[in-house]
Amino acid sequence: MTALPDEIATMQGTAAPPRDNGELVFASPWEGRVFALAVALVEQLGLPWDAFRLRLIAAVAEAPDRPYYESWAAALESLVVSLELATPAAIDAATPGERLPL
Amino acid sequence: MSGDHGHEHVHEHVHEHEHRPEPLAPIEARVAAIEAVLIEKGLFDSAVLDAIVDNFEHNLGPLNGARVVARAWVDPAYRERLLTDGTAAIAELGFGGPEGDHMVVVENAPEVHNLVVCTLCSCYPWPTLGLPPAWYKAPAYRSRAVREPRALLAEMGTVVPDDIAIRVWDSSAEVRYLVLPERPAGTEGMSEEELASVVTRDSMIGVERL
Repeated sequence: MTALPDEIATMQGTAAPPRDNGELVFASPWEGRVFALAVALVEQLGLPWDAFRLRLIAAVAEAPDRPYYESWAAALESLVVSLELATPAAIDAATPGERLPL
Repeated sequence: MSGDHGHEHVHEHVHEHEHRPEPLAPIEARVAAIEAVLIEKGLFDSAVLDAIVDNFEHNLGPLNGARVVARAWVDPAYRERLLTDGTAAIAELGFGGPEGDHMVVVENAPEVHNLVVCTLCSCYPWPTLGLPPAWYKAPAYRSRAVREPRALLAEMGTVVPDDIAIRVWDSSAEVRYLVLPERPAGTEGMSEEELASVVTRDSMIGVERL
């Protein structure tokens, strides 16, 4: 592993993730999912964590009342699009209409 | 009395409703779409995502400190270095940074128990312990750890016998303390990795005894 976990753990200000008793908490599975997507993407591409963190700060600033992990998702989408891994249209096309059966 | 009749209805617990999944919220759908696109690109698979979530939910922060403690338990020379120069010995394992400078490690012994507090605010060794728990920052903990540590620890579930002295260490921006707990009995056969899994965050703050 890299030093990434510490960088994420110590994010401060508007980028600081919700916690309970010092541990990260995800209110629902999609929050954990979108969190992991950003971590995996940054790690896989060998990007600095700031490549994501600065987008997260911008996303929070853009809509301060939006729930934290929705801003996280917006930041992730903007990173994915700027890296040309997908276009917004391709993400639209991949959006499921209903939950997949378990 | 046979009681047979009383059981008849048990077999009729058929769920009348269809098993329709919960509707998908727009944000969930969007996240699922991003995941699908990135997996399609071959960047990672979904097991990697599961592992990351699990790691961050359960292992963040305290694991680094636990590795330090486990190494000290198995390697007497490392233990010496850790107690002499905590910052350097912790850096040997790759942990450090601004919130982990000037680390002092205090060792529990049969006659001494150590407890760490930050009476002024919430100075805490992030690189080894992650972010501080909420109670660490609470005024009650910060004052009572100094005034009546034994009573406070008992309330937190850790009874320290009267013949064991309690030493309280006040962390600050200049010096941050980490407790080296005693290696528990019954762990003789464990590997270093197994030992690390025994070490808890609270034991390294000193509010728990292993």
